[in-house]
Amino acid sequence: MPTPNTPLWEVFIRSRNGLAHKHVGSLHATDATLALQAARDIYTRRGEGLSIWVVPSNAITASDPAEKGMMFEPAESKIYRHPTFYEVPDEVGHM
Amino acid sequence: MYTQALNTPDREDRCVEDAARAAQFQARIDAEERIEPNDWMPSAYRKTLTRQISQHAHSEIVGMLPEGNWITRAPSLRRKAALLAKVQDECGHGLYLYAAAETLGASREELVDLMLAGKAKYSSIFNYPTLSWADIGTIGWLVDGAAIMNQIPLCRCSYGPYARAMIRVCKEESFHQRQGFEIMLTLCRGTEAQKAMAQDALDRWWWPVLMMFGPPDKLSQHSDASTRWKIKRFSNDELRQKFVDATVPQAQFLGLTIPDPGMKQNEAGNWVYSAIDWEEFNQVIAGNGPCNRDRLAARRKAHDEGAWVREAAQAYAEKRRQRTALQAAE
Repeated sequence: MPTPNTPLWEVFIRSRNGLAHKHVGSLHATDATLALQAARDIYTRRGEGLSIWVVPSNAITASDPAEKGMMFEPAESKIYRHPTFYEVPDEVGHM
Repeated sequence: MYTQALNTPDREDRCVEDAARAAQFQARIDAEERIEPNDWMPSAYRKTLTRQISQHAHSEIVGMLPEGNWITRAPSLRRKAALLAKVQDECGHGLYLYAAAETLGASREELVDLMLAGKAKYSSIFNYPTLSWADIGTIGWLVDGAAIMNQIPLCRCSYGPYARAMIRVCKEESFHQRQGFEIMLTLCRGTEAQKAMAQDALDRWWWPVLMMFGPPDKLSQHSDASTRWKIKRFSNDELRQKFVDATVPQAQFLGLTIPDPGMKQNEAGNWVYSAIDWEEFNQVIAGNGPCNRDRLAARRKAHDEGAWVREAAQAYAEKRRQRTALQAAE
C-alpha cells in the first residue's frame, strides 16, 4: 500500500520588527499546529524570525508565469507612472 | 492622499483595562516595537487607528473626484494619461488603507457605509472645487506635497500594517508631486494668461492646503494619546512649518507669489506665515465647504450605481461554486 500524502503548507516569516511576513518555503504537516511547529524547526533554527504564518498550499491561487507577458503588459507601457518621467529642474531640489 | 488630524478621543475609551497589559503595551511602543494585528492593544488604540486609517482611506477615494473632473479635459494626451494614472493610484491607496483598517477588525463595507452616511470624515481639502487646469497642477504640487510631508512620518507609525501601507503609498506619491510641479512649471513658462491661471490656482489653494495639517497644536484635541502611542510623530504645526519651508523656494522658482503678503523669513530661516482662518476650516469640516454636498452625492451615486456589479460578482461566484460542487459529485 502506498504511503498516504501529507498536506503541503507554505511558510511565511516576519524576520524583523515592523517588516511584512515573507515567503521562505514550504513543508509537509498533517495540521496547522504541527505545521507551525515544523516551520519553527525547519526555517528558524538560527533566530530567523519573530513570527510565522503557515498557509495550506492549496489555498493559494497563483498567476500563471507562462502568461506573465499578458498579465503585466498593461503596466509596462505606462512609463508615466514613474516619477522620473517628469521634468523637474535640479535647482528645485528633491521632490 | 492624506489623513487629517480629526480624531477626538471618546470618553468611553477611558475605561480601565488591565493595567499590567496596558503598561506592557506602552513599553513595547516605547521600545519602537511595531504592533501587529494579533497583538493585544488597548481598545482606544484600536478605535483611534480604525478611525484614522479609514478616514485616510476615505480621503484617497473622495480625493479622486476633484482630479477626475479634469481627465476628459486634460490639455494633451500626455497629461491625460498621467492624470488618469494618478487618479488610479489614489484609488489603489484607498484600497491599501481599507485593507490595513480591516486588520483591526472592522469590515470595509461598514467603514464605507459610515462615510456614505456622512458619519466618517475625510480630508477637508477635497471639498474645494477644481476650476481650471492649473488646479490640477496645484493639487499635485501642494496637496500631494502636504500629503507626503504628513505621510513620511506615518511610515514609522507604531501599527505595522498602517506603516507598511504608508511605505507603499509614499513611494507612489513622488510621481504625483512631480507631475503637478511639471504642470505648474509649464504654465509658468507659458503665456501671460497661463501664468495668471497658475497664480490664481495658488491663490485659491494655498490656505486650504495649510489647513490640511489640522488645527494648531494649542487647539488640537487628539495629539496627546496619538503621540504617546507613536501614531503621530510630529505635531500639526511642526509639519505645517516643514511644508511651508519646503514650498516657498519652489514657488519662487516658479515665479509665483504666495498669497500671504505678511510672510517673512525669521532668523532660523523658517518662513513665518500669517494667521490661518480656522473658522473656514471648521465650516468645511462641519460639512459647509464649497463642495461637501457634491462630493458625498457623487460617492453615494457611484456606490448605488455599482451595486449591480457587486451583486453580479457574488452571483457569478455562487454559480461557479455550485458547478464545481456538481462536477465533484459526478
